[in-house]
Amino acid sequence: MNTVMDQGAVAHRKVQMSLRVNGEDIDVSFAPYKTLLEVLREDIGLTGTKHGCELGECGACAVLVDGQPLLSCLALAVEFEGRSIETVEGLAHGAELHPLQAAFADHGGSQCGYCTSGFLMTAKALLDQEPNPSRERIKEALSGNLCRCTGYQQIVESVEQAARVINAGKAGS
Amino acid sequence: MSAKRRLDVVGKARRRIDGRGKVTGQSRFADDLSLPRMLHCKLLRSTHPHAIIESIDVSRAQAYPGVHLVLTGRDFPIPFGIMPASQDEYPLASERVRYVGDPVAAVIARDEKTAEEALDLIEVKYRPLPTIASPEEGLANPEPRIHDYGEQGNIHRNQSHEFGDIEEALAKSDHVFEDLFFFEGNTHLPMEQQASLATVEGDGKLLISSSTQNPHYLHRQLARVLQLPLPQIRVIACPNGGGFGGKCDPAGHEFVVCKAALMLGRPVKICLTRQEVFYVHRGRHPVLMKFRTGVTKDGKLTGVHLQTLLDGGAYGSHGPASTFYTGVLTPITYELPRFKFDACRVFTNKPACGPKRGHGTPQPRFGQEVQLDKIAEKLGLDPAQMRLNMVTKPDSLTASWLRIGSTGLAECIRQVVDRSGWKDKHRKLPQGRGIGLACSAYMCGAGVAIYWNKMPHSGVQLLLDRSGQVTVLCGATEIGQGSDDVLAAIVAEVLGITTGDIRCLTGDTGLTPIDLGSYSSRVTVMMGNAAMQAAGRVRDLIATAAAEQLETLPERIVLSQGRVFDEMDSGKSMSFVEAVALAEAKFGTMGAVGSYAPPKSPGRYKGAGAGPSPAYTFSACVVETEVDERTGLIHIPKIWIAHDIGQAINAVHARGQVIGGVYMGLGEALMEEQAFRRLPPKLSSALVHKIPSLLEYKSLTSLDMPEVEVMLIEDPDPNCPFGAKEAGQGPLLPVMPAVANAIYDAVGVRIDEIPITPDKVLRALDLKRAGKNPRVGPEYFPDVPYPEPIFVLPPGEGGDGSEIKDPDRRPAKKRAEASAS
Ligand code: FES
Ligand code: FES
Repeated sequence: MNTVMDQGAVAHRKVQMSLRVNGEDIDVSFAPYKTLLEVLREDIGLTGTKHGCELGECGACAVLVDGQPLLSCLALAVEFEGRSIETVEGLAHGAELHPLQAAFADHGGSQCGYCTSGFLMTAKALLDQEPNPSRERIKEALSGNLCRCTGYQQIVESVEQAARVINAGKAGS
Repeated sequence: MSAKRRLDVVGKARRRIDGRGKVTGQSRFADDLSLPRMLHCKLLRSTHPHAIIESIDVSRAQAYPGVHLVLTGRDFPIPFGIMPASQDEYPLASERVRYVGDPVAAVIARDEKTAEEALDLIEVKYRPLPTIASPEEGLANPEPRIHDYGEQGNIHRNQSHEFGDIEEALAKSDHVFEDLFFFEGNTHLPMEQQASLATVEGDGKLLISSSTQNPHYLHRQLARVLQLPLPQIRVIACPNGGGFGGKCDPAGHEFVVCKAALMLGRPVKICLTRQEVFYVHRGRHPVLMKFRTGVTKDGKLTGVHLQTLLDGGAYGSHGPASTFYTGVLTPITYELPRFKFDACRVFTNKPACGPKRGHGTPQPRFGQEVQLDKIAEKLGLDPAQMRLNMVTKPDSLTASWLRIGSTGLAECIRQVVDRSGWKDKHRKLPQGRGIGLACSAYMCGAGVAIYWNKMPHSGVQLLLDRSGQVTVLCGATEIGQGSDDVLAAIVAEVLGITTGDIRCLTGDTGLTPIDLGSYSSRVTVMMGNAAMQAAGRVRDLIATAAAEQLETLPERIVLSQGRVFDEMDSGKSMSFVEAVALAEAKFGTMGAVGSYAPPKSPGRYKGAGAGPSPAYTFSACVVETEVDERTGLIHIPKIWIAHDIGQAINAVHARGQVIGGVYMGLGEALMEEQAFRRLPPKLSSALVHKIPSLLEYKSLTSLDMPEVEVMLIEDPDPNCPFGAKEAGQGPLLPVMPAVANAIYDAVGVRIDEIPITPDKVLRALDLKRAGKNPRVGPEYFPDVPYPEPIFVLPPGEGGDGSEIKDPDRRPAKKRAEASAS
């Protein structure tokens, strides 16, 4: 029992670190055993990132790290000093929704909304790298994200719509 | 309002009012909440499926640094249960555990990790009891009883209803078909794990914010278990991250955090792990079914005798209702002169089953619709045409005295047949490819509340002020289905404004009028009708005040697109805001309430309360499939679904509900199963989940999901707000049988059980090659001691909806006489 308590005491000592989240450097102290998901939600207060399993099985906790999707429930926060972390809270530009957000809201990509942040972040990584993905490619990129409400169809349609808007915006500028 | 008026809001494709919050991450689900001084709770769950708790020692856990409180069953002497007839569960079990996962103790600590560590220090001594793994085992072993209430032994519910002499009907039929079907249990798997945060507010009252579909029922149960007056408790239903029925029952953890918050005077939160969500379950009942169905030679039904056997799991839950629903909606789809329905629910040592999307109805629908496919085949009829020839008529009564209002089933069948190219495909596709059709019907809200009362099922309150602000309050719960948007749309339509002009405040028992909750597809119709009434009352006040100012008649006033004007003289016009201010000046503070209670059902027999609804929806589905005969793998390239929705409230989201239902149905058809196994004796023979994780509980991914073509049949129903019926549950139901029928069309094998997995297909194909009956499914139906039926004469046979007790008019008597003479 003593060892358990000792380990507990050690584990409960917090670390102090600066994380770069949505373009902002945030000083935060947290218990070192915490996952990136937990630190984002509990210590930084960014509850937009969700969890459905905390075992890497559902994709609800996906965030972007240096532009790549990452399951934040599987990563220890201490490993992310100096990396660029993007969450759903950083998607909009001021009051203006990101085209993916607007498309999900307008085309049924979000029903209960619980899986939505994970899908948005995964889809953003896709569109950042491949502006014109085929329907099959979108389905493949999103296949690690589970959604129980939509049956995926309107999610895929939302991503297609966002791609059109983004591409039209680029063509216009 | 003239009926002809064009709709401004209802039926349009529109961003739902909570859409922005969901895509920005601002929607606050229960686990997103936190409060200063908040503590965290973890539950210790039973490792035994059935055992007496001999002792619990919590002293070491209590002494663990960071632990504030440890609770056990001793702290909860009063049981709970969603239905008055099923108060059989304790927030923490004190004497007996009944399934692996039954909560036995709770630790409240400074953080989750500390609480979890302290759980390991609790010592529970169990004395294992023999376990019941299936209804068959439960019937064969009345002892030990899992509960000391119920019908007898381990039978929880046992019932029988006969509407007209069924044996006579079958005897006079040209053909009688007898088939057995099995539907394995499965679970809701909402993406959000249940979470609850309880606190004592500054006014000394208890507040719980929870992922619940039914704040009103939770409220009542909390008052009972905590022995507090209802007004001392406030329940806020947070937006649910999906419910599907899984958050309908009050759950042990909700009582635990409330009790702890009251004792400690500090906020206490819990969030279940995914594994715990599997334990809480309340999902689809495994159901064994036997259909004896009589038909004429041209394929019309003469009578159905349906017997069901439900695996209830360890607690009552919604069981009494679930048992009814494995049969009561059977007569809705097709004309059925006589119907007998026997049902039995047995306790087993597994997580309790309860309501999942379609509640009890998908199982018999699967059996019935597959059997119809077999009947059509045998009689040489086209399955679509055979169904078309016998769809129920609008405003008719079923043999069981359910009133069918509007029905669009015929149109649904015609549309899926047409769009799918059915006529060119059925029995005409190359070997390995097939197409199947099935239909269904579902209710738009249960006709009676879960506890008996004469009060409204839904209440809506509207508040307006001189700024033009419109606030609508209702106890209804947003579980993702879009209930807030439906509420806003209906009010907006009546008041001639947009949904963006409205603020919705819902699911808060401390502030909002009571609505029974988000279950039985009741919200659009019940909340919607209450909202229509409240908005209509406010509209009349506004019209009166505006007419006075515009010097016209109130009857000529129209509210549309933010304007209030004379329909004959568009020069006489003002803004909505001006009109509200005038009304406030004339009538005082502006507001109104509306209520809704469903119409009384004509059935008067015991049990007639299950099945009636203000309206029914109908759906038809065609599934195309490709089956690989070497591997048994099933590929579904496309699904067509037509749903008789009455009127869509939001065109985008109605379609989304339908596709989502098809998705869930397809998952159930092909892979989803909550199955259990026994550990070997050296591991205590415990009965455990085969698959308590998201990875192992198979569900469809974006790659597995076929294209779904949706046809919404819009023929407004007069009982419904703007004619709108439900969309959340009905479209799931025809999918499973349509898949089974398509597989038969593809490779000529019958899989009479759900899920239809590749191994079953291969087994059936082997049988086919061996020249045997190419069927995989249940082989026998156990001897269930169903009771003597409640006998009711169908409307067409001179009954009045009451039970016939006179032995001379009961069929058994008539048969005995006939055989004696
Ligand atoms: S919570 Fe990270 S994958 Fe499910
Ligand atoms: S929208 Fe509910 S889980 Fe995806």
